Amino acid sequence: MKGMTIIVKKTTQLIAGMIFMYGIYIIVHGHLTPGGGFAGGVIVAGSFILVTLAYGGDFLKLVKEESGTTIIESLATIMVILIATAGFLFGTRVFFNNFLPKGVVGQLVSAGVLPLYNIFVGTEVAASIFIIFLSLIIFKEESPK
Amino acid sequence: MDLAISVIVGFMILGALYAIHAKDLLSSVIACGIVGYSLVICFLLLKAPDLAIVQIVVDTITLIIMVAVVLDSSREESYSKPDTQGYITAITGLLIIVILLYFFAVSIQTLDVLGKSSLRMAEYYIEGAAQKTGSANLVTGVVFDFRGYDTMGEAVVLVTAVLGVLTILRLKGKK
Repeated sequence: MKGMTIIVKKTTQLIAGMIFMYGIYIIVHGHLTPGGGFAGGVIVAGSFILVTLAYGGDFLKLVKEESGTTIIESLATIMVILIATAGFLFGTRVFFNNFLPKGVVGQLVSAGVLPLYNIFVGTEVAASIFIIFLSLIIFKEESPK
Repeated sequence: MDLAISVIVGFMILGALYAIHAKDLLSSVIACGIVGYSLVICFLLLKAPDLAIVQIVVDTITLIIMVAVVLDSSREESYSKPDTQGYITAITGLLIIVILLYFFAVSIQTLDVLGKSSLRMAEYYIEGAAQKTGSANLVTGVVFDFRGYDTMGEAVVLVTAVLGVLTILRLKGKK
């Protein structure tokens, strides 16, 4: 598949980074403002999808990216479960225990482990959505005509 | 606010009907987008910005993928004349719709108006949740602290869906 016109390519260069940063903002501020891991992760995946669609090229070369994204997704899911299990080791012995200090409500570094959950769930969602998109375009190129 | 939501829901019904009856599949996909984006405005009117953000992003990406699929395959819907089997299926479907509507009408009489009353469980969550969880956003506090198992299940469901996509769609074997 060929890429799109030069207008689309230049606009993508300008705004793809901003979309990525907005997704990161939504994820990191998940415990303060509306949004969180799920919404921010989909926005981050959207910036990757935008770049892939606008520039096109040979999709079969993306197989390396696909396997890398698979590893990142699995690691993020394992980290969520590990943080949940860490609740057993500190304080009250409960799964999903909030063992870090809570801090001042309303500050960026507060709420104990909730920002960590947000970050890892966001990574996992972004990787999942991007993997589904990548597999759709790669498998179509691979299939016999 | 009730009037605004009623107007938007009517708009959504129009969009859904058009999506079924459109000749061109591309306009049908766009009409599905009407339903999704109207739902975003409904969520904003009902004061649920978290849901609105998720809905608007997921709807956009789904729309992009669906447009790509339609442009890649056929744009016209295949049509065949209904036979006896088709009529039997249609009548059975209508009967099931009538039965479901009856039970829905019976059960809806015991419910409260949407958003007018909070449940007993919800009151415990809302009271001093910021002090209990340390999170200024109540939704994140509920999702990751009170209902942590739910969120973990959602994350694992997403992983399972990706595994299914990678397994089923791959036509050429991996080396």
